Amino acid sequence: MPVPQSIPTLRIRPRHGLAALNLLEVWAYRDVLWMLTLRDIKLRYRQTALGVIWVILQPLLAGLLFALIFGRFAKLPSEGQPYLLFVFAGIMGWNLFNGIIQRAGNSLVAESKLITKVYFPRLIIPLAGALSALVDFAVTLVLMAILLAIHGTWPGAWLALLPVVLAVNLALAVGLGLWISALNVRYRDFMYALPFLLQVWMYASPVVYGLSLVPERWQGWFILNPMCGVLEGFRQTFLGASGLTIPAIVTTLSAAVLTLTSGAVYFRFVEQEFAERL
Amino acid sequence: MDEIAIRVEGLGKRFRLRHQNGGPRYRTLREELLSAPRQLLARLRQKRSTQEEFWALQDVSFEVKRGEVLGIIGRNGAGKSTLLKVLSRIMDPSTGEATVYGRIGSLLEVGTGFHPELTGRENIYLSGALLGMKRDEVRRRFDEIVEFAGVEKFLDTACKHYSSGMYTRLGFAVAAHLDTEILLVDEVLAVGDVEFQQKCLAKMNAVAKGGRTVLFVSHNMSAVLQLTSAALVLDKGLVAFRGATSRAVAVYSDAASPGSTTHYDVEHASRRYAGSNAARFLSLSFDRPDALFRFGEDFHFRVRICALEDVGQLRISMTILTQEGTPVGSCFSADGDGLRASEVADIVVTLPNLRLAPGRYSCGVAIGKGNNRTGHVDYDVVCDVLAFEVTPETGAAGTVAAWPRGWGSVVFPELIHQTQLVKQEVAQ
Repeated sequence: MPVPQSIPTLRIRPRHGLAALNLLEVWAYRDVLWMLTLRDIKLRYRQTALGVIWVILQPLLAGLLFALIFGRFAKLPSEGQPYLLFVFAGIMGWNLFNGIIQRAGNSLVAESKLITKVYFPRLIIPLAGALSALVDFAVTLVLMAILLAIHGTWPGAWLALLPVVLAVNLALAVGLGLWISALNVRYRDFMYALPFLLQVWMYASPVVYGLSLVPERWQGWFILNPMCGVLEGFRQTFLGASGLTIPAIVTTLSAAVLTLTSGAVYFRFVEQEFAERL
Repeated sequence: MDEIAIRVEGLGKRFRLRHQNGGPRYRTLREELLSAPRQLLARLRQKRSTQEEFWALQDVSFEVKRGEVLGIIGRNGAGKSTLLKVLSRIMDPSTGEATVYGRIGSLLEVGTGFHPELTGRENIYLSGALLGMKRDEVRRRFDEIVEFAGVEKFLDTACKHYSSGMYTRLGFAVAAHLDTEILLVDEVLAVGDVEFQQKCLAKMNAVAKGGRTVLFVSHNMSAVLQLTSAALVLDKGLVAFRGATSRAVAVYSDAASPGSTTHYDVEHASRRYAGSNAARFLSLSFDRPDALFRFGEDFHFRVRICALEDVGQLRISMTILTQEGTPVGSCFSADGDGLRASEVADIVVTLPNLRLAPGRYSCGVAIGKGNNRTGHVDYDVVCDVLAFEVTPETGAAGTVAAWPRGWGSVVFPELIHQTQLVKQEVAQ
């Protein structure tokens, strides 16, 4: 039967093995990504009584608390910079990582109604969660600028590093978020373990302390945690000083690439069973 | 031009079921880890894993011409919803292939993506995008959508403050303005008040007449007859009939004819209404060789349920519908004793003195707690089950009582009448 060329043709057939990532399709559905992101942002700022103030207060209070306990009382070293700035750079990076993982990780289960009722590339769901977490990051970025201005320091040329550090942080968080969101569909108790694991991970990462505080002989093990490179990267960006080492940069970069690609591949691999399991 | 819009060839969909009575489709990581050694041991002993296969669709082939409006009918669990889900790409098929020529849109529920916290305006844009409309498209048709739904005054009010009627109207309005060449529609008309249902049917009719290709799944035979001229009958995942709607409805009614089926396995059937899933129906059956009931007889059946969580109280409720899918009436049982998680129980249900006019009926049955007066929660709801026939009464003299259809489906109890004389005959 002849079919005019202009009509889009869709073939539906069983999928075998690995499917192509098909980012083009995600792009074709960008309206959905945008609307879901917008919805997440609106809901978050509309439902809480304090709204946007909460997004400012949370990192600020955490920073002040850490500054009091670890800076004033414990007198942890802070690369010669004010401890508040030092810890805030760490909090920024960690909050973004944490926010993306939590939001992307729970996203598929939370959107089970959508997944079983309408088609669009499933990748969009965790991505929308990640994008909405970026808005919080933008707010902390403004806070950081204000803190820097108050202290009268300016990072200068190091600021050019921000896009790179941000990209690495995103790659790690989104990659892990994809893994966790897909695993969450199979094993629902993942959701309960996640906050605890992230809490432990935070203290294993240089948020309140610097990498230079870690004894030399443990550093080799320590930098296997890819968040080391990211958090020290944020410090380098905003303070112009950090405990960043070449091995830390190498492990972080390779972990970022590995996490993002494996996360995307695994997600695509199990994507077809989401609608059946949810 | 007899151009093809959808070609389906040998389509099959297999579900793998875990051998857990009515258990959830997911497991916890803890369970997986704990059962791993046991499974390994079982495999070493050459035991087959306890996975069971279930084909929701088997070797389904058909073609839909451009501009054709095809009804899809079949009993609960016949594979109708699965077919729509495969065609709308929500699920991948296991075998076979389908080719779709043209943009395809699917309306599997009313209010896709609606969020109660968002305003009507925001929900229109969100739902439109999810259904596959571009933002410009939604903007262009925005006024039409709002007018159709009749919610102009509440556009900037959060949808949680809407009445359920408004919510449904807005949801349908967005869907009805979807402009794809091919539309897959599932039971959307089963909601809303009668007046709005008529409006929806009229809109659907306009869509069908507008030269678009529509696949319309419904249990409502009168809607199928009204909207479509051709239909596909599915039975246990197979195509049982493809042809004129009037004949398809006859085939379906025969297949669903009371007397032939007394047992309904619903464990794996899809659910039209989502329950809280604290407990689930496994099967429903009549304790008799056929499903024929005499007028005035006690109507009873047996349900087997499995509790997935501890449930404190348990009641059964039931709605009886006519063959055309129109509800006749509903009833609730009192709350009874509950069940503990993973317990399986049989419940025998009796509706005394069945006062229905002769004809064919089916039931929708729910387990849950509470009733229409106390507020209710449904754990699980199954529709289109327990088809039965009420046979005519035989009179004292052996004559068959007549009950014209125009009298309705319910036979009320005998009227009481009393004669009161208001004017006495004047004695001559």
